[in-house]
Amino acid sequence: MLLEINDLHVYYKSYWYILKVLNGVWLRVDKGERVGIIGESGSGKTTLLKSILKILPQNGIIPRGEIRYDGKNILKLGDNELTKIRRKEIGIIFQDPMAALNPVFTIKEQLYDIIKHKMMIEGHNPSSKELHEQAVKILNDVRLPDPERVLKSYPFQLSGGMRQRVMIAMALISAEKLLLADEPTTNLDVTIQDQILKLIHKLVTEKNLSTILVSHALGMVYQMTDRVFVLYAGDIMEEAGTNELFNHPKHPYTQLLISSTPRLSSVGVGEGIKGKIPDYRNPPPGCRFAPRCPYVMDKCINMKPGKIQVNRDHVVSCYLYD
Amino acid sequence: MSNYTILSVSDLRKYFTTAEGVVRAVDGVSFNVKHGETLALVGESGSGKTTTGHVIMGFYPPDGGKIIYKGAYELSIPMKKRPLELKRDIQIVFQDPGTSLNPKRLVKDIISLPLLVHRIVDKRRVYEKVAELLEYVGLSEEYMFRYPHELGGGEKQLVAIARALAPNPSFIILDESTSALDVSSQAKVLNTLVKIQNELKLTYLLITHDLGVVRNISQRVMIMYLGKIYEEAPTEEFFKLPMHPYTQMLLSSIPTLSEEDEKIKPRGIESVGEIPSAVKPPSGCRFHTRCPFAKQICMEKDPPDIIVNNNHIVRCWLYE
Repeated sequence: MLLEINDLHVYYKSYWYILKVLNGVWLRVDKGERVGIIGESGSGKTTLLKSILKILPQNGIIPRGEIRYDGKNILKLGDNELTKIRRKEIGIIFQDPMAALNPVFTIKEQLYDIIKHKMMIEGHNPSSKELHEQAVKILNDVRLPDPERVLKSYPFQLSGGMRQRVMIAMALISAEKLLLADEPTTNLDVTIQDQILKLIHKLVTEKNLSTILVSHALGMVYQMTDRVFVLYAGDIMEEAGTNELFNHPKHPYTQLLISSTPRLSSVGVGEGIKGKIPDYRNPPPGCRFAPRCPYVMDKCINMKPGKIQVNRDHVVSCYLYD
Repeated sequence: MSNYTILSVSDLRKYFTTAEGVVRAVDGVSFNVKHGETLALVGESGSGKTTTGHVIMGFYPPDGGKIIYKGAYELSIPMKKRPLELKRDIQIVFQDPGTSLNPKRLVKDIISLPLLVHRIVDKRRVYEKVAELLEYVGLSEEYMFRYPHELGGGEKQLVAIARALAPNPSFIILDESTSALDVSSQAKVLNTLVKIQNELKLTYLLITHDLGVVRNISQRVMIMYLGKIYEEAPTEEFFKLPMHPYTQMLLSSIPTLSEEDEKIKPRGIESVGEIPSAVKPPSGCRFHTRCPFAKQICMEKDPPDIIVNNNHIVRCWLYE
């Protein structure tokens, strides 16, 4: 087990109120495993990824929970050890490269910085020639044509697809064990998305990395992962092997989500889900999906359902299977 | 669907002058929309699909070509000079309901404005009509007294649809109307669009990049790339027999959710390259820089219209 998260709670403090976003999330990632997290906008996907690296915004607090990475509890680690993990072991691809790359520095400056700090962790202070070699190599790895030109460019001078490749390159430098991908292709066209996904897949397989892919695009998660967690309003609703989950979804939320997705082979989509994601200031005390659930029962409203094992590799958090 | 052509576009051109040069956003586009159908205009960002829709709406005048609406109106005239009757008849639903609805107005005011401008109902009955419209798109009366920020994405888009329906239009442009939504709210919006189209005999021009949506609500599909249309076919046939290499590349790039969907995807083609700049589009067929089957002639001459059958047209030298 490379990463194991138990009962993770994350709140955001604001002047007037507290947003109770993650509500006891669990997650596990084995070595070399590709895990997907499905969630719609506002479900807490990004918050979850950020808490793994402990890079939550200043107002984010973790009142309860445990994140065990490689035997260590990330939440209890000191700054030095965390820095080591961030620079050398876990890399993250952010959603919007335009926001994640610094607009006033060239790609070269940003890439050199990351490579240099990683090498310094390894106890080696690289010369500028070494930095350049490394940077060109990593840009070649992500199939960027003309790396010399890319190095000299500012982020705005590159196309969306190229910026995302630079982001992947940066994430790969520090991902020796685990790669986190937060909606890595949201702003890209479908043909470019396909190229990027294939690239990530290839690199991850070559380096035998574990990955967590977070997305609202079900098709992408179906194609790219071995196991899937369904996140809704800060709660894990269901966990199963990818094929099992998409072919035999158990939780009403998962079922509705899958039936709402338009298909290429047939006409007609499900009716969708009425209402909207709950207000995190005052979330439902029981199952957080209860207000929108067509099968809601009395106990759903008052008490959060626990994990229910429906078969060997399938866990669902729903009273219907109690 | 009837055979009467509601909108006829021929050789439409729209150029924009920028610091880098002239962007040929729409460069000789022709198509007809039949009354009561949904015609999908599909393309990636930068293909000119939204510009085409906006020129039809009259947001800016075209630089060439003709747009004839209902056989009588010439749509090359800008929005401001159009007769009120024409403005009433063509409506649009934008991509992001978060920015297309006025955040300072209550839903009732957002929907009643077009009712009053076009004198659809008597002033005293206006809120009755608003409630009726909301009911019609599947929202309850209570939504009248809410502000847009109090609604979810799907609900906001339904309000935008109700607003577009208010003046009884016969033609609606759906400009990426469901792309900003989560799948769970998208489903509701798609189903509502299909329902109101059937009941009110509306005609839709669906501008989108999502072929899953296309499959579900449109009868015909056009594929646009760098300002030109390269393939046009009825939806069924389009998914059964995609011909243009670009169409095949698009279809093969979609991450699918099931085995049946996987079978639809063309094999033997892989996505390569990026869409070139529209300032200096490639010569000949504009797709040749990314096309795995490109021949000498593709770089030199624009491909002709190849008529596969009655309704299926492809522009590609491969089928010459």
